Amino acid sequence: MEGFAVVDFFFMAVIAATPLLFATLGEILTQKSGSLNLGVEGMMFMGAAAGVAASYIYEATVGDATLGFVSAILAVLIGFLAGALGGLIYSVLTVTFRANQNVTGLALTIFGIGAGNLVGELLGIRAGGFTTVAEDTKRMFSSISIPWLSDIPVIGRLFFSYNFMVYLAIITAIVLMWIFNKTRVGLNLRGVGESPATADAVGINVTRYKYIAAIVGGGICGLGGVFISMADNSGTWIFNCIAGRGWIAVALVIFAAWRPSRAIIGALLFGGLSVLRLYLPIDGIPAQVYNILPFVATILVLIFTSIRQSKEHSQPKSCGINYFREER
Amino acid sequence: MCHGIFFDILTSMSEVSNCAVKLNNISKSFGTVQANKDVCIELRRGEILALLGENGSGKTTLMNMLSGIYYPDSGEIYVDGKEVIIRSPKDAFDLGIGMIHQHFKLVDVLTAAENIILGLKGSVLINRKKLASEIREISDKYGFSLDPNKKIYEMSVSEKQKVEIVKVLYRGADVLILDEPTAVLTPQEADTLFEMLRSMKNDGKAIIIITHKLNEVLSLSDRVCILRKGELVGELETKDASVKSLTEGMVGRSVSLEIQREAGALGKERIIVSSLTCLNSDGLKALDDISFKLHEGEILGIAGIAGSGQKELCEAITGLYPVEGGSITYINDDEPSELCGLTPTQIAKKGVHLAFVPEDRLGMGLVAGLDMIENMMLKSYNNEKGFLINRKLPKSTAERLIDSLEIVTPGVSTPVRRLSGGNVQKVLLGREIDSGPSVLVVAYPVRGLDINSSYTIYNLLNEQRKNGVAVLFVGEDLDVLLELCDRIMVLCGGRLSGIVNAPTATKEELGILMTHMSD
Amino acid sequence: MNENKQITQHPDYKEHHEPWVRMVKRDNVSTQRAVAVRAIAILAALLVGGILILLMEHNPILVYKDMIIGSLGSPLVLRETARMAIPLLITGMGIALAFKMRFWNIGAEGQIIAGATAASYFALFHYQNMPSPVLLMVMFAAAVVAGGVWGMIPAVFKAKWNTNETLFTLMLNYVALEGLRYLQYGPWRDPSKMGFPVIAMFDTSARLPRVFGVHIGWIIALVLVVLVYIYMKKSKQGYEITVVGESIQTAKYAGINTSLVFLRTMFISGAIAGITGFVTVAGANFTVSEEVTGGVGFTAITVAWLAKLNPAAMIAISVFLAILQKGSGTIQTIYKIPSSAASMLIGLILFAMLGCEFFLNYKLIFKKK
Repeated sequence: MEGFAVVDFFFMAVIAATPLLFATLGEILTQKSGSLNLGVEGMMFMGAAAGVAASYIYEATVGDATLGFVSAILAVLIGFLAGALGGLIYSVLTVTFRANQNVTGLALTIFGIGAGNLVGELLGIRAGGFTTVAEDTKRMFSSISIPWLSDIPVIGRLFFSYNFMVYLAIITAIVLMWIFNKTRVGLNLRGVGESPATADAVGINVTRYKYIAAIVGGGICGLGGVFISMADNSGTWIFNCIAGRGWIAVALVIFAAWRPSRAIIGALLFGGLSVLRLYLPIDGIPAQVYNILPFVATILVLIFTSIRQSKEHSQPKSCGINYFREER
Repeated sequence: MCHGIFFDILTSMSEVSNCAVKLNNISKSFGTVQANKDVCIELRRGEILALLGENGSGKTTLMNMLSGIYYPDSGEIYVDGKEVIIRSPKDAFDLGIGMIHQHFKLVDVLTAAENIILGLKGSVLINRKKLASEIREISDKYGFSLDPNKKIYEMSVSEKQKVEIVKVLYRGADVLILDEPTAVLTPQEADTLFEMLRSMKNDGKAIIIITHKLNEVLSLSDRVCILRKGELVGELETKDASVKSLTEGMVGRSVSLEIQREAGALGKERIIVSSLTCLNSDGLKALDDISFKLHEGEILGIAGIAGSGQKELCEAITGLYPVEGGSITYINDDEPSELCGLTPTQIAKKGVHLAFVPEDRLGMGLVAGLDMIENMMLKSYNNEKGFLINRKLPKSTAERLIDSLEIVTPGVSTPVRRLSGGNVQKVLLGREIDSGPSVLVVAYPVRGLDINSSYTIYNLLNEQRKNGVAVLFVGEDLDVLLELCDRIMVLCGGRLSGIVNAPTATKEELGILMTHMSD
Repeated sequence: MNENKQITQHPDYKEHHEPWVRMVKRDNVSTQRAVAVRAIAILAALLVGGILILLMEHNPILVYKDMIIGSLGSPLVLRETARMAIPLLITGMGIALAFKMRFWNIGAEGQIIAGATAASYFALFHYQNMPSPVLLMVMFAAAVVAGGVWGMIPAVFKAKWNTNETLFTLMLNYVALEGLRYLQYGPWRDPSKMGFPVIAMFDTSARLPRVFGVHIGWIIALVLVVLVYIYMKKSKQGYEITVVGESIQTAKYAGINTSLVFLRTMFISGAIAGITGFVTVAGANFTVSEEVTGGVGFTAITVAWLAKLNPAAMIAISVFLAILQKGSGTIQTIYKIPSSAASMLIGLILFAMLGCEFFLNYKLIFKKK
């Protein structure tokens, strides 16, 4: 692989990693509060479709007055809200109505896939064929060129040429890292996820923490969807466009040991593997081997941590179990 | 509703004194179980109040209402003379009330300091340095040490308790409630704790300790409130109290079980345990070189503070706990056979009829979600050949037990979880006795049971003894042990500190053995 | 001494109120109430769905009516609906066994794929060597073994190291899927299909016979309902599953070999999912592809859960979901409503059903005054 191809590969790996990173971060945040939300795939679908719909409807409404960045911001915002709606539904069912977390997550997946595809397809029908957004909007989601910085050889392309959502994903990771490790809110959140009864006993509003974590987490997952529909697919709706990436994110959460910093590395690794075969095709190694590696790696991590019985860097203890105070 | 003139006088006195907390006519029930009924208690600043009562007398429930875990069905709570409503632990903290639960409420993967500030308001960022020095300040003030950066899962029990105490103090609590604080401590650790509590009291804090240990009440407290069956039955100054008066208050009458215990020589040897050693999950010795003999037709009591190895001993004998060294020999018609290293199934296959009533009835001895029939067959379902289950036999067993033990249940197909504590125990003990054991191991069989149910259980055990069964009885009430057992074996820190002859032994003797540390 | 000293200065107590609502667990729920609450929940979901249909500028009543007609209205569509219900029903039973043991097997997708692939191997490469009934038996057996082994892998780790089975089974879905994809795009690819990465159709000898116009998978499913019911409720092994699910401690106390129960039950659970793979390839698709599961492994989890793990109730629920799926195909042709609407509607109904359980299990006590 030549130097040029390495840079290209890295660039593509980052693009492939970004939706995974968003979804992984969203799910880490959710799981930190003790909620195992298996609906990531569904929330990504909701975010993806809502993002396209927001841009499309905005552009259809204002017509020629379309501003690319307004359209892009609307896509991101509405996509976030759609994912957050998924998190809200999940919270209402599991936290307030105490429904089983696994089943609720799967129901959310089924709902989200349906709702996302439905909205996407309806937009297509309305647009008389297939939806697309304005060129200005597309440009917001494609590679950028920052004066000076992007022109630096290699480094410029490696670090300063992505669309804004890539940087948003990294900022999200850093912010989450900061919240978990340095702030009181993060400490309380970890307390809720590890031992809700303890958190409750010291006066933390467990319900509120679980709601907010799942809602914001869902919103971040939605952003992963927005990236896929707006950046990868340039603002068009492609049927079933999330294609299992929500589930990869669930795997990544384990791989990242519930740490945002490792999520960045993990997403890059998983994203890199998914594009590696384009850059490094080895005869006799089929594409599926590259695809399978993330899952096998995740299983190994899972087994390894269970053998070591490591207390830290494992799933928050209350994950999967609903908390209910006055049970006796 | 407060009982009698005695209380009226106290109430009027308290208005001039420095009353910190006052509970007025507090009642609480869970389903059909009345946990507390019209309880009135008050607590003053600068005193240690002991809340005394048997297991299941409603002490913890009452305090949980003060700390916001439960919400009372009726009654009022006053703090500093003002009526308050405590909906949540946070409300309690805001009022300066902090409770240290028996099972510590700490987050394992967090450090001491993180646990201490968990849930507190303050700056967005955590200032770890300042926090560490504040923690040191508190621990220095009351004369102990605590490493703020140590993770909870690396701590010993007494360290964890210190974290809990600092946690409460850091939050500015001036009313401290401690639930059975010495249950898990060694005597030395308990002494240290008492010193801490005394110095807090001198600092003006109001302290409640929940306990059923009379020596603690007498040595530590200023005043005692006694609960029985959820009701307040006595309130007195500790200096006016005696072991006798407190015991009477707790059990309601002077203790005499009137159990016919036939004196005489011990029966044949049934089980010989020698040099038994077991390790716990941390690799420490849960049982250390235990040797004793259990005879036919005898009740051998086991006394000791909680966690001295009782559970491990019972489970090792019944094949449920891995044995590190030593032997457990079962003798049948002078034929010895070794039980060590066998699973319960293998033991049963050898024709050894062991019955075991574990401490955790619904979590171990019974399946809470299944009905009585299905619980009857828990240990016998595999006895008959074939793929399918035969429900006829267990059904008739269940019906027979309901009759003979007067078990109160809507029917044989009601999940046992819905039965009351006493009936649950009758189902479990009934099943075990019905299996016709030659050895019966029972752990804390009357915990949480009312007096009548307790007596039924004692009589059942006594009957077994008369039938020649070798009974190993783990108890906590020393009076009961002394009255019921033939011999009492005392465990302390996993070691055998002595075996006494029950009819001639005294409580003091047992008490010394229980806290005896062989060096 | 610390920054929170001020909070012991008493706040204004008037701000404290009695909680306005409290929840208390119900002991018993009458059947009528249970049915009524669930019916209301489904109606509510259909109502929300109706509003969405209205927003799409269609008449919801007509749309729902056409869904029913499209799924139950004629023998032809009825058969189609039955065919859709079969895999849900079979897989649901496999999942129920695992769930009864509180083993959260969400790996049915992978187990179906394992079964389907193993069965296809014989259908594709050994059909010449045996008569049809024998071939079908061998395919069935292969599916059972492959699905069972695939299901048992996470159980081995659960038994030995208590490895989290929810995440493990989930990951194995994708390992199985990529494995099948490898075959489809590689060694098993049909060269006669030119550029298309597809696997050849099975020989007629590898196809399940039909009874009443539907492949005999429906008979297999109904036989399984009876067998699984007996196994769960009447057999010793079923009893062991219940005890292990309720409390591992109690199981050990009773002398049950919990590791063995884990392995055995997960083998059976995976094997039943494997049977789904078999009937799908041999009865419906006559080939195997990466879309063989059609998401059944996930949907069946909701079937098992909503049926409270009761095999008989699963018949009703899987048929209900099949009606929605089949009906959505109809309304796509009539109203141009994308068939994804069905998936969304199923999601809504699941939400409603999950939510309504709360009102069956708990009683709300509102503040008097």
